Amino acid sequence: MNIGNLPFVVAALLVAFGIYTFLYKRNLIKLVIGVSLVETGVNLFLVALGYRTAGIAPIYTFAPAAKQMVLPTPQALTLTSIVIGLATTALLLSFAVFIHRHYGTLDVRKVKELRG
Amino acid sequence: MKKAAILAAFLFVGAFLLLAATSMRPFGEPTFAGMDDYFIANTQIEVAANNAVTAVVFDYRGFDTLGEATVLFAAVVGVLALFRKLREDEA
Amino acid sequence: MNTGMSIIVRTITRLVYGLALVFGFYVIMHGHLTPGGGFQGGAVVASAFALLLVAFGAAGIKGRLNAHLLQTLEEIGALAFLALGFVGIGTAFFYNLLANSGSLFGGPVLPLGSNAGVFDAGGTLPLMNWAVGLKVMTGIAAVVIVMLIGARKEETE
Repeated sequence: MNIGNLPFVVAALLVAFGIYTFLYKRNLIKLVIGVSLVETGVNLFLVALGYRTAGIAPIYTFAPAAKQMVLPTPQALTLTSIVIGLATTALLLSFAVFIHRHYGTLDVRKVKELRG
Repeated sequence: MKKAAILAAFLFVGAFLLLAATSMRPFGEPTFAGMDDYFIANTQIEVAANNAVTAVVFDYRGFDTLGEATVLFAAVVGVLALFRKLREDEA
Repeated sequence: MNTGMSIIVRTITRLVYGLALVFGFYVIMHGHLTPGGGFQGGAVVASAFALLLVAFGAAGIKGRLNAHLLQTLEEIGALAFLALGFVGIGTAFFYNLLANSGSLFGGPVLPLGSNAGVFDAGGTLPLMNWAVGLKVMTGIAAVVIVMLIGARKEETE
């Protein structure tokens, strides 16, 4: 049985679900979850780009002999992307706390005025 | 009218994503691997470390890690500054 | 958040907290030999701090950690990482001057291919792992503490 392009299709589905969530949901926390889903899909796509068929992890400690290694550069860039996603989510959530304190509600359609 | 436009835009983006995912190159055969082959072959000689991913993050691509450390620092300082006005109002 | 959780959670947290800290420091320290490194180990230690905060409430950490000390440690970690980039400035920025040189973490020459791992090798890599690990763990712990205590104090007033 052949896997085919299934990891790329799953990454595209995650991004599509994330876009659906922050287009159609009203609660601010669900919006933050949607942004986090999009970032997860992008990270999965990045890691799936660097795979070699029947490859082992690019680490030499106790490595089985005579096997190819997968590419290490996409894994290094995915680390950077995960940390930047964490920074974005932390700032989004603290803004959500402030909006709730100011308006009393978390509904996106009711927080429209720019002046308090 | 606005709901129909949002639905059309979302379906267009979704169809574009799925079409792009199914027409990618085959999974498991990277196209250009010259730089990574150099990294795998020379990690134990130049960097003297067993972990090729850590060597790429901190030695061969250390400048990107410096940018990421700056982003993390800016986020932590931003969150602490946002909640500082609250603590000063109370004390 | 001032009350914490039930007695089962508190007992398990007392048992697990030390083990989680030791495991996080192990992942940071052996970053140049096994999978791991500064960012991953820092996240493990920060999640141990968050477990302590959730299980015991704000009263459990009042004597141990405060946000000012954690923020100062995070700035020290960031400056140490930047200073380690200037070690090999004679050749290039971020040049690994200490690898294969015989001084601190210079060590014996690594056998090529699959081996059992030599701790004394790596150059500036273990030092950078420690700097980034300190930065990540104190930064995330400071953010978690400020968000929980700052948000809850406004609601009860």
